[in-house]
Amino acid sequence: MELYLDLLSPPCRAVYLFAEALKIPYEFKSVNLFQGQQYTKEFGELSIIRKVPVLKDGSFVLTESIAILQYLAQKCSVADHWFPADLQQRARLSEYLSWQHLNLRFHCSKVFLLRALHPFVMGSEVPKEKMDAAMEDMKQSLDFLEEKFLQNKQFINGSKISLADLVAIVEMMQPLAVGVDGFKDRPKLLGWRDRVKKELGEKLFNQAHEAVLNSSDMQQKLQNNSEMQKLKSSLSKYFR
Amino acid sequence: MALELYLDLFSQPCRSVYMFAKKNNIPFEFKKVSLMHGEHFGDQFGKINMIRKVPALRDGDFCLAESIPIMIYLAEKFQTPDFWYPTDIHHRARINEYLSWQHTAIRMYGSKMFWLRLLIPKMIGMEVPKEKMDGALEDLNNSLNLIEEKFLQDRLFIGGDQISLADLVAIVEVMQPVGAGLDVFNGRPKLSAWRDRVRVSIGTELFDEANRDILGAQEIMGQIDPGTLELFKPKILRFYY
Repeated sequence: MELYLDLLSPPCRAVYLFAEALKIPYEFKSVNLFQGQQYTKEFGELSIIRKVPVLKDGSFVLTESIAILQYLAQKCSVADHWFPADLQQRARLSEYLSWQHLNLRFHCSKVFLLRALHPFVMGSEVPKEKMDAAMEDMKQSLDFLEEKFLQNKQFINGSKISLADLVAIVEMMQPLAVGVDGFKDRPKLLGWRDRVKKELGEKLFNQAHEAVLNSSDMQQKLQNNSEMQKLKSSLSKYFR
Repeated sequence: MALELYLDLFSQPCRSVYMFAKKNNIPFEFKKVSLMHGEHFGDQFGKINMIRKVPALRDGDFCLAESIPIMIYLAEKFQTPDFWYPTDIHHRARINEYLSWQHTAIRMYGSKMFWLRLLIPKMIGMEVPKEKMDGALEDLNNSLNLIEEKFLQDRLFIGGDQISLADLVAIVEVMQPVGAGLDVFNGRPKLSAWRDRVRVSIGTELFDEANRDILGAQEIMGQIDPGTLELFKPKILRFYY
């Protein structure tokens, strides 16, 4: 089984952490997003959507981290708490996995992309107004994470870690790459983060986040080749 | 207490849930939440779903938001036919892949087109600049292309030979810009044929009933008082404009 990943991408980290923590055997296939490798002919033949992560299990190719995580959970018969069989518990977990696409993921990504890539794509620093709006949206998502999804529980789904925590934590780590600490002044989220780290193993967690937390390297890694022009063009619309 | 579904049929995910529940004869009480009248901001609804979005489900003490988990919950609780959300690992993965992808693709761009055409001009008191409309149309077309080229290909439905939750979730998003007067099926015979199959599978009467509000949206939205839109303005403009 192959997993096509770039650990700069939060959904890739979720898949990586799950596979590694559960010792699921796979081959790590690196896709360097900042070199535009997602735009190569070869990658396009694997996945027309040109995003990561991608799973390839024999001839079966699957995109979307949420689908990949559920596939791995089902295939590898992992411990129940990761994706509970109980109807209401599973529904609660799925509620988070659905909500997060256009909320926590969307807004944390936006904060990261605006700070990290606006200069590269648009040739200027991000306007203050845009950044303030993105930060406000991210704050609202974090408020919901605390008040609706976590509340006073140890983890999102109760007393044990699940796919929801994996998917949430990787998104929350992303803005740290550009110096925005979503955990600041949020002791509840800090406590949760520490519990998640402990469950996964600190070494593994830190290793997964090494690339994204070395932001000083990031600007230098951005290539200006023909593949990256495609990224520039799609991001420029996002930034407008 | 009967199972309650909190819905507004102008909302795409509400239409999916409604069609699924009705098609499978799942007994429920329809609790209307009129978004245009800001009913989702009321105290009562806030107790059902603090995120204040529809659809929402209440089953005894259990409240649930998000259309996809709601339909999966209903499918399992009421033991609906397997094809809606197959237990086979590969089939299910294929459907999960669509259900995940669509949030930041067709859902986002179909909604955006609806707002840009019908309601944002009222909010800002002028026509939306051509550049923004063209950008939005391009994004929508990219999503429609991917639905045809990756998710449908030569299959009858997204998951294969039979309808599934993926088609229910897809059809409502594809129909949303149609409600705003943009015929996305024009020049897309594959998509049109799929729509016809979905409509027949669901049942033409149920399909048409569920889509009545959205297909009458141009007329209804045309009568909306801009004052009513003030509730939505900041969030909508920030997200879509």
